[in-house]
Parts: sequence; structure tokens; C-alpha cells
Amino acid sequence: MKNTRRDFIKTSALATGGVLAANSFVLPGAYAAPAETHLKLALIGCGGRGTGAVFQAMETGHPIKLVAMADAFRDRLDGSLKPILDKYGAEKVDVPEDRKFVGFDAYKHAIAEADVVILATPPGFRPDHFTEAVKQGKQIFMEKPVATDAVGIRKVLKAAEEAKAKKLNVVVGLQRHYQDNYRKTIAKIHAGEIGDIIGGQVYWNDGGVWVRPRKPEQTEMEYQMRNWYYFNWLCGDHITEQHVHNIDVANWVKKGYPVKAEGTGGRMVRTGKEFGEIFDHHTVQFTYEDGTVIHSECRHFPGAANRVDETFQGTKGTAYLSAGNHGVLTDYTGKKLYEHDRENNINPYQQEHNELWAALVNGEYKFADAENGARSTMTSILGRYATYSGKVITMDEAINSDINLFPDTLAWDATPKLVPNADGFYPHAVPGKTKTV
Amino acid sequence: MKKLVLPIALIGVLAFYSLERPIFESYTQKIPGTPVTFDMTPIEGGTFKMGSSSSANADEKPVHEVKIDPFWMGTHEVTWDAFELFLDKNYELAISEEPIGEIVDGLTRPSLPYLDMTFGMGKEHKPAIGMTQYGAIQYCYWLYLKTGIFYRLPTEAEWEYAARAGSDSKYFFGDDSEAITEYAWTAENSDGMTQMVGKKKPNPWGLYDIYGNVLEWTSDQYDPEFYKNSPKENPMNPSDELYPRIVRGGSFKTPAEEISSAKRFVNDPKWKQLDPQIPKSQWWFPEAPFIGLRLVRPLNPPSPEEINAYYTAAPIADY
Repeated sequence: MKNTRRDFIKTSALATGGVLAANSFVLPGAYAAPAETHLKLALIGCGGRGTGAVFQAMETGHPIKLVAMADAFRDRLDGSLKPILDKYGAEKVDVPEDRKFVGFDAYKHAIAEADVVILATPPGFRPDHFTEAVKQGKQIFMEKPVATDAVGIRKVLKAAEEAKAKKLNVVVGLQRHYQDNYRKTIAKIHAGEIGDIIGGQVYWNDGGVWVRPRKPEQTEMEYQMRNWYYFNWLCGDHITEQHVHNIDVANWVKKGYPVKAEGTGGRMVRTGKEFGEIFDHHTVQFTYEDGTVIHSECRHFPGAANRVDETFQGTKGTAYLSAGNHGVLTDYTGKKLYEHDRENNINPYQQEHNELWAALVNGEYKFADAENGARSTMTSILGRYATYSGKVITMDEAINSDINLFPDTLAWDATPKLVPNADGFYPHAVPGKTKTV
Repeated sequence: MKKLVLPIALIGVLAFYSLERPIFESYTQKIPGTPVTFDMTPIEGGTFKMGSSSSANADEKPVHEVKIDPFWMGTHEVTWDAFELFLDKNYELAISEEPIGEIVDGLTRPSLPYLDMTFGMGKEHKPAIGMTQYGAIQYCYWLYLKTGIFYRLPTEAEWEYAARAGSDSKYFFGDDSEAITEYAWTAENSDGMTQMVGKKKPNPWGLYDIYGNVLEWTSDQYDPEFYKNSPKENPMNPSDELYPRIVRGGSFKTPAEEISSAKRFVNDPKWKQLDPQIPKSQWWFPEAPFIGLRLVRPLNPPSPEEINAYYTAAPIADY
């Protein structure tokens, strides 16, 4: 291993040099025993993203100790712990065998060990995990999206209320909210620099993501859990799993959520059995309360043009935003009104942890991202309900949908609601036939 | 352009060693089974003075004489047209006129990037960007499996020899940084994005965009002291650490004044900071839309064992 240890040394120095008085941890809902000098962290969902989030927490330099981990799969847990331990050492990573929790119930036990939890499993589990973390009074970082169907969204909204009442900080990994170009440019839009927003287009068009092949020894449940991107109870389709980022930007710019959606989608180029049930393209028109229509488009077409960004039209000018630190406002004569400086921007994945952990060590209650996280996730689900059904769907109908994608029983030998046919292909939505609300 | 007389039968990866010696001329390489081609330009072997005595950069000194064996170099930077076939096997299968064969089928492909790695700058005739050195070498491996020809990254010395094209000035055309606009896309004329390859004038060998457009991978580790004890023939300093590694030529973001034949650029861990996962991708730099690659094919390929070792070196975990 040729990795530099420089960052590790820097972090350790901060942690030991900056010994904080025990009474700094006046955390709402957290227990701060007098001898406690570290905030105790648990990771729920030990994939690449969850592991990355632990790194970002550690890189804040605050006194943090990872004390528990939970995953459905032992190999994922072990694969996550190794780089964390390598980089941050036993002083900051204390996860003995009896605090490694594996299986569908693992999350409850890991949450109980910690002051702060990172929830980073596939999104289908988020409603139950978030509900449990709030019930146990923990501080929370949770990844987007926060659910995969309306039943899950309603759970998250309920727990979000409880989190507010308990003053639990909740940061949701819609990291554009922690990225400077978005914050500054959208603040200018809200200040009226391009007038009232009357239209917009948001995109996540690219070539698609990973596939995990089926192995002969896997039960149907294990296969779906491993290849989770292609099953809606786990992923929500890419309109939810990825495109929620861009749809959320539209909601942010519009300061609200759409009242109805209509759209078209299907499986055009990604039709193999390894791709489960999700569509490879969706295009949706979202109508907001004031009549503004935002066009949303997402597709996984390899070989076609890529586009991941957001544009908006106001009465006085236009806006262009992207995760590549773009933020440009232009008037209708072509004159640039504002252009965000793209150099030396802070990594937003780091920034969301910098801000959360600063609040935590200061005992502050500052973040209540769960409700917007749920409503933006719901917006993406509304889009999917529209493309899957081929019908015009209102937000009211969508958020009250009782179609529950989640399995009745979580166990390796239990059967998920969606199973393949004799040829190994999964049934998928057919617009005009499929019911979503 | 003459077609190479290289009968290709994919019997085994190592079966190509004893092929007849090819004609040392420019040629167009077709990627078998696809409509995609790219051009290769012969670079005669010779001796040149590597480094710069007039530059302010200490790592470009001392100027030292180096002998380089003949090789072909990509006439252009590798574009998405070819790289995307490697990137996504399903796409390669969809576009191929014939089965791709078991060996190509079994090659490990890049993780499909979660982010848009074109950064909105387009694909057709645009340089492929954002790949790691490992990803760049695996692209060469894929080409080798497809064509039977040993393609690899240039060494730092080969790159500078090719860029200089016999010159000892700052640029191959002289010392005037304003004249570079005829030859290169730099911060001054690129409009902040990659440009289609081959739209500017080439250098005397016939290499396009050797400066600017995208930084180009070499196989070498960066060592500021390397020139002091450099081997005199075909020097190389193989990479055994992830950072810093040598990249050359500057990009569409580099001011013309900072570009030269001798300038040694390096990769940076910051190029991966936007990767939210751990371990970080072995394949992609999501914050480096300015790093690309240009192929080299040595006239005299090494042994099958050396070729195999070059392509199958395990990547170093990055976190």
C-alpha cells in the first residue's frame, strides 16, 4: 500500500490536540457520560458510499469514534471496515466482533451503540432505518433517496416530525445543498436576479451504472439485494435513485413541490434479464402550483450524448447549474449577470459532514433536511408513477398511494414481491396497463 | 494510409509475438468488428536533449541526452468514439458486427461512472477524459485483445521526444507563446472545454494537439531528481505509487505560457475528491475533465511475458 498517511496524521493531531471538554457534548438526545471524549458513530449500510461517508466524517477532524457497523452481508461489512481501519487506526475505529451486526435486523443493534448514525443502505430500507434512529434519539446523516414508494415516504415524513420535536440534527445527502455554486446561484435566483422562474429543464442522461451478476447459490432475495439497482423496492428506478438530485434542484429553485406530473418512459436499449424491472428512460413534465412546468429527463443509454445539469428560465433571464461547479445567470441579451468561480470549490460530500459535525460538537440543533429529502424523493416517485402508468398523476394521489413494494417478510428464503418468469426475465411496468396509485 | 499486414487470429493472448515485422509507416487501425478507426504516426528513433535549461522549473534540469527507440504514436488523442466501446461491454456488444470473443468478453471493464464523465462537453471526436492511468492502460489491454497489437502509454521521455520533433525551443515551433493558438487549445482559446481532435495544425511528426486540449498520461512516476541520474537509453521510471505520476502537454485549461515540451505536469489526489465512495474508483477522476491519453506502439514489441506483466499489474487501492 503506497497511500500517503499525511491526512491521517493531520486528523489524529487535531483529535488529540483538540481535546474537548466532556461538557461540549450537550447533544440533544445523545448521552454524554463524563468520561466520553468521542462522539460515537455507527455505520448502517457498508457499501462504497457508506464507507465514503465515514471517511468524510473522520476528515472533519472532530473527535469521532466508529463503534458499530451493520450490513445485510458480512463480506460488505468486512470490505468496508478494512480501509477505515487502515486509514484512521484503532484510536478512531473500535468495532470488535460483538459490534459487527449482520442481517436484516442488524441496524437496530448498531444504532443502539452510537450517538450519531450514517444511514447508507439501498434506499428501500431508509424509512425503517430512519424511523428507528429517530425513535432511539440519534443524530443522523442519511443518504438520498430516502424511500422508494409512497408508503415509505409517509413513514419518513412522520419520523421527520418526531426528529424535529426531539431536536435531532438530520442531514440528507442531497449534497448540492452543500455545494457553493448551487447555494450562491440559487440565492441570487431567489433574490430575483432573473425575475420569476417560469420554466426549467433538469437532466440525468448517461450510460448507466453497475450490474452484479446472479450466482447459482443465491436465493432470489439475496440476488435482488446484491443487484439492488434494478429492483424498485430497493432502488426506486434511476429516476429516483439518481435523478432525484436534479428534480430536487427544481424544487429548491421553485421553493415548492409539483402538484401533478405526466410523462413517458420505457425499456429501449437495456432489456436484458440482468437489468431487473427498471426503465432505461423517463421524461416527465412536472407542473407546479403556479402553473410553471419543469421538464425532467433521465436515461441510461450508452453511446448517446450525456447530460447531467439543470437549466431554468425566468422572466428576466436564464440559469445554468451543474455539479461541475457551474452556476451561471444570463439575461436575454446574452449578458452574463453572474458566474460562479469554479476553481477551488469545496467537495460537497465533505462539506455536508463539516457542517453537520461542527453542529454536533457544539451541541447545536441546525439541520432538518428530512422533510425536503422526503418531498423531493416523493417528486421523483411521482414521476415514476406517471411514466409507469402513462397517466396524469397528482401529488395528492401519489403521496397517498397504498401500493407497497416492500416484501412482506425480510429473510433470505422469503420471496420478494417481484419474481422472474421461467426465462429469467422480470415483469416490468407497461404504460396504459400498470397501476401506480 | 497503408493497411498493416497483420493477420489477426485471436487464438490466445500471447500468440502474437512472432508476427512478421510490420512496415514502419503511418497506418489506420480499425477496431475489429466496429466502424471505429484511429491513426498512428511513425516516430523515428534517435537521440535528443531532454529537459530545459532556460525554464524556471528545477525539475526540468539538467538537460541530458537520451536515446529513444522507434515507435508509433497516436496521431490524435484517444476519443470517446473508441474509449466508450471499452468502457461499456454492452455497448461494444450492441455495436459489434460479430461476436467479440471470450477473451475480450472476460476482460474487466471500468466501473460505469456514476457521474457524467463527459462533463457535458460531448463525445464525438472529443478526447476521452477523466480516466486513471490504470484505466488508460486497461484501454490499451482491451485494444491488444481486439487487435493483437501491443499498444501502451508513452514513457515520459518518448512523449517529450515526440513533442519536440527535433526542436530544442520551448515549443516545437519556437518560443513565442502567442503562436501556440495555431497549434493548440489552451486556456486562451478553448472556451473552457475540450475540443474535437485534429482541428489545429500538427507538429512536424504529424501529431495533432500534442499541446493543450487534454493532458496525456505517461507511464512514469514523477521524481523531480530523475533527470540527474537518468538512464541514457529509453529511460523510464515506472509508476509504483498513485501520486504524483507524470502527465504531459497541458490541457484546455492550461495557459499557453505554462505549456512547453519540457514541462512536467503531475496527477493530484484532488482529482478524486468528488468520488463519494471508498475505496475510490480505480478507473475515474471525477474532477479531472482535462486528463486523457495518447497511444504508443513500439516498433519492436517486448516479450509476451513483459506484455502480460504490463497489462495485468494490479491497481493500487486509493483511499
